[in-house]
Amino acid sequence: MALSRSNWRSVAEAIAIPVGAILAAMVLFGCFCFLYGKSPLAIYGAIYKTAFGSWRAFQGTLLRAAPLMLTALCTALPARLGLMIIGNEGAMVMGGLGAIVSGLLLSYGSVLPTAAQVQQPLGLPPLVVHIAMGLAAMLVGGLWIGAVGALRHYRGVNETISSLLMNYIAIAFLNHLVEGPMRDPSSLNKPSSFPLPEMYKLGNIFTTRIHYGLIYGLVACAIAYVLIQHTTFGFASRIAGGNVKAARVAGLPVGKLAVTICFLAGSCAGLAGMVEVAAVQGQANSSLITGYGYSGILVAFVARYNPLAAILVATLLGGIINSGGILQRTFNMPDATVLLFQGIVFLMVLFSESLYGRFKVFKEPAELTPPPPVTPAGSAAAT
Amino acid sequence: MTKKPFHVPRRRVIRGLLATTAFGVSSKLWAGCSSPSTTGTVTAPTGEGSPAAAGGDLTMGFIYVGAKDDYGWNQAQATGAADVQGTGVKIVEQASVPETREVQEVMRKMIEEDGAKVLFPSSFGYFNPHILEVAKEFPEVQFFHAGTLWEEGMPKNVGSYFALVDEGQYLAGRVAAQVSKSGKLGFVAAKPINPVLRNINSFMLGARSIKPDIKMQVIFTGDWALPVKEADATNSLADQGVDVVGMHVDSPKVIIENAEKRGIFSSGFHSDQATLAPKGYLTGTSYNWGEIFKQYAEMIRAGKTLMNGGIPHQVIGGLKENYIKLATFGPAVTDAIKTDVEATSKKIVDGTASVYKGAIADNAGQVKIPAGKVYNITAPELNKIDWLANGVIGKTS
Repeated sequence: MALSRSNWRSVAEAIAIPVGAILAAMVLFGCFCFLYGKSPLAIYGAIYKTAFGSWRAFQGTLLRAAPLMLTALCTALPARLGLMIIGNEGAMVMGGLGAIVSGLLLSYGSVLPTAAQVQQPLGLPPLVVHIAMGLAAMLVGGLWIGAVGALRHYRGVNETISSLLMNYIAIAFLNHLVEGPMRDPSSLNKPSSFPLPEMYKLGNIFTTRIHYGLIYGLVACAIAYVLIQHTTFGFASRIAGGNVKAARVAGLPVGKLAVTICFLAGSCAGLAGMVEVAAVQGQANSSLITGYGYSGILVAFVARYNPLAAILVATLLGGIINSGGILQRTFNMPDATVLLFQGIVFLMVLFSESLYGRFKVFKEPAELTPPPPVTPAGSAAAT
Repeated sequence: MTKKPFHVPRRRVIRGLLATTAFGVSSKLWAGCSSPSTTGTVTAPTGEGSPAAAGGDLTMGFIYVGAKDDYGWNQAQATGAADVQGTGVKIVEQASVPETREVQEVMRKMIEEDGAKVLFPSSFGYFNPHILEVAKEFPEVQFFHAGTLWEEGMPKNVGSYFALVDEGQYLAGRVAAQVSKSGKLGFVAAKPINPVLRNINSFMLGARSIKPDIKMQVIFTGDWALPVKEADATNSLADQGVDVVGMHVDSPKVIIENAEKRGIFSSGFHSDQATLAPKGYLTGTSYNWGEIFKQYAEMIRAGKTLMNGGIPHQVIGGLKENYIKLATFGPAVTDAIKTDVEATSKKIVDGTASVYKGAIADNAGQVKIPAGKVYNITAPELNKIDWLANGVIGKTS
């Protein structure tokens, strides 16, 4: 039996509560639309159609979801160890920088190629350059957040604050490099690095408009899931996340775990930066600062730090972003409307966290629970 | 058998399969419902270049990087779009679109769903790679971008339009110098890059053409939209005795409102901000994009396109072409000053006066434009300006 008799209720709870939260958010937003003089049903119909209505429309949703999957992991992974990292944006920017530096070095042999060097690129095969750029981005992003983990463990610096502040450092560093040492002199109005040669740009998957970043995102989420749920490393991390003292007593290397998981988290966000550079922008400039990092934090929260759920949540958010335009263009609503919808959905989902264990329907009836050892069940049933 | 490191419980597999199937089924259902309308719009772009020939309105799509009412760059574009609407043109707009794949998606949607034949993605960072990429996909749609980035070899259906503000800022600088009592001007700017430096220098040159020893303190905030730093900069300028502040940031709103609170004058940029500071607003250069958009609409209606060579790929102008204008004058601008502005403006338009007329020195005393040399504002040499004009207090790095 896949759903054993004793657990169907908790499964139902895990599905019903988030779905209920989204429905409640839709009702609230519907009221808003109604007050604005628009038909909520027409709006939801349009949102659905533009976000999920056809394969062509769904591509747009997946395209927006791809970077969010990667940046979400930057918060989701350390959260399992009890660390609240919000340096996603910074790690992504640093990853983008790592990617462009390695990409330019491998293309021209210099980040500031002369005209002659641009004429005569080194001509390495694209696959080699892509792998090198990906690794460089992951290394830089990993070191960036790994440093946060190390500061936390060895110096007791609060990881949330330090990772947040490191976002600003990363952004300032990017601006400094593209406006100074790495600037392409021909970028007059928008200081940028030299562009990657066209042949090294990361292409689209088959005939779709979706770039390979989506595959990176899916694979990274899958690996993260297996790592956390099905390896001893993941198990140890979860123990440390549950109770650090107990983990120390049990002899777990908490410090190493913390730094390693922060490194992995940062490397995911760094990879998102590489995708943004290699597949989208083709160069580094202030367009790299997109807010994907911050959206990733939300995705991680809503997914309750579960890497697989992050895929679904990122897709949902991608759909909402995708449909944002229709509200403006067809319904003449302000550009902030889509943010409002997004905000209501997230608030409701986060609020619904507090509802777990509060509905009688989802509780195991006392007589069905196996005898004594399951301690919390007894007290829960009594309430 | 006993040790399975990667064991996935059966129920999880089944749960996942169920969810995937449910999702797949439902999305198929919906796809079935929506396919007629989708195919309808996809087949639409067959009008071969001259959509006006088919009768009906020409649809123009406008995309902005920020809010339409930011009192700055985006508002200037949106005002221009509103100007052109109704003149046989239907507009579709989308605001707050970031410079990522997002803008490419928005362009595709405007073309496929709204039937836009002409697009104006207005932010600087939309051009490369986003416009260039989408333009290749839709060779029959025309893309116009605010900037001077189009070059030979780029897609034929892409064009650049731009308005040079030097002359407007020169006039605004003259107004500022005549109003200022302290002889100290201030300027809040984003980044020390060429277009911003040209803006600062022409403002200063205008001011010095009235009062040859007037000084101007410039503060670079470091980025296009940093409201807190912009407010700080305005305050510190006011503290230093500056009584007119100019600016070049994305949205001048914060600076102008702050200047008004501090009781000093302000000279705006991008669009008309007179309503923000009823007492202290002087004037400022405001873009008149509607003029350019209308010209494009007319040319397209006459069957001209970028592709058939009827529309030039580079459209650049200033005061003479009516691509820029001065914003509404505030109460502090006397009739005498207005007369002076009008006279100078006429001279600039007929070519007897010029912003960049040598000798012009930088603020380290080095002569940058020798005596006797006069540059038209479209001269490529001006794109190399990386210095601050004499009288400006500040550094470019």
